[in-house]
Amino acid sequence: MKVILYLSEAIIPFLVLYIVGTGLSRRQQVYEDFLDGAKSGVRTVIEIMPTLIGLMVAVGILRASGFLDFVSGLLGKAMEYTGFPAELLPIAIVKMFSSSAATGLLLDLYKTHGTDSYVGIAASIMLSSTETIFYTMSIYFMSVKVKKTRYTLAGALVATVAGILASLFLTGLCASG
Amino acid sequence: MNYLWGGMIVIGVIYGAVTGRLDAVTDQALSSAKEAVTLCITMAGVMAFWVGIMRIAERAGMVEQAARKLNPLMSFLFPSVPKASAARTYMATNMVANFLGLGWAATPAGLSAMKELKKLDAEHGRATDAMCDFLILNISSLQLIPVNIIAYRSQYGSVNPAAIVGPAIIATAISTGVAVLFIKLRHLCSIRKWKRIH
Repeated sequence: MKVILYLSEAIIPFLVLYIVGTGLSRRQQVYEDFLDGAKSGVRTVIEIMPTLIGLMVAVGILRASGFLDFVSGLLGKAMEYTGFPAELLPIAIVKMFSSSAATGLLLDLYKTHGTDSYVGIAASIMLSSTETIFYTMSIYFMSVKVKKTRYTLAGALVATVAGILASLFLTGLCASG
Repeated sequence: MNYLWGGMIVIGVIYGAVTGRLDAVTDQALSSAKEAVTLCITMAGVMAFWVGIMRIAERAGMVEQAARKLNPLMSFLFPSVPKASAARTYMATNMVANFLGLGWAATPAGLSAMKELKKLDAEHGRATDAMCDFLILNISSLQLIPVNIIAYRSQYGSVNPAAIVGPAIIATAISTGVAVLFIKLRHLCSIRKWKRIH
C-alpha cells in the first residue's frame, strides 16, 4: 500500500520536473510554451462550462426531487445479492454513454458521500480508468463509415468491466490498509 | 445526449411535483448552476497548469519520440498492419497522447489511424480486425494522470486530491491488460479456425 501512496504523491512533481528539465536541456522556450498551453487549457474549460452547468442543473433537479434516492433504493435491493455498491451503479452505466453526464453524477456523489469516502474514492478511480464506450465507438467508426463493428463492443465491455471491478477492489484495499 | 438531458429535467420536475418538493427543485437548480461556475474557476487553474506543462512536452517532441519507441509493441498488437503503413504511426501517437491525457492530440491521430486502416482493406462498411483491436485498446483507456478528477476532488474538499493517482494507474493498467488479453486470445482463435478450414 505504501508504494501506491508514494506513487500518488511523487508522480506529478517528478513528471513536471522531467518535462521541464527535458525542455530546458533542448534549449526550448519553456515559459512561452507553458503560457501557450495554459491559454488553451483555460479556453477548454470555458468551452465546457455551459455543458457542465446544464448537467449539474439536471442532476441537481433529479437529486432535489428525490428521484435519485428512489432509483438508488431500487437498485440497492436488486444489487444486494451481488455485493456491488448501489450508489456506484448509475455512474458506472452512464459513463459508458456520456463522460460529462458521469461527471455530473460524480460531483453529486462527492457532495452526498464526501470525496474521501469509499464511494467517493471508488467513483474517482472508476471514472479515471474507463472510457465512454458508445461515444468513442460512434465517432471513430462513423468517421470511416463503418457500420458492422463486429466484436469491438464485446471487447470494450470486457475491458471496462475489468476496470470497474479493479477500481472497487483497489478502493477496498486502500480503505483497509 | 439530447434525450438523456431532456429526460433528466422532465423526470426531475414531474417527480418533484408529485412528491411536493418543487421548492427544493428550484433552489437546487439555481445553486447547481452557481456551483458549476465555481467549479470551472478551480478547473481553469488546474487545466491551465497541466496543459501548459504538457505543451512543453509536446514541443520537445516527446510524443513522437515515445510513439517511435512503441514500434515493437505495435507489431505485437497489430500483426495485420504492415510496417510501412502510416496507420502504425497514427495509432502509436494516439496511444501516447491518450496515456499523457492529451485528448486534443489523441482524437485527430486516432481518426487518421482509422482512415489509414480503411485504406488497407478493400471491403468497405465492415470493421477490420485491426480497427476492432485498436478501438478496444483505445476504450480501455490507459491514462497516466486523471487531471480533471483531481481538480474535481480538490474543489470538493478532498484532504488529498491526488491520492487516487496510484490506484487509478493500477486500475487502468488492469483494464488495458484485459483488453490486450482479449485481443490476443481472439487472434489465437481465428488462427485455429483458419487452419481448420485449410
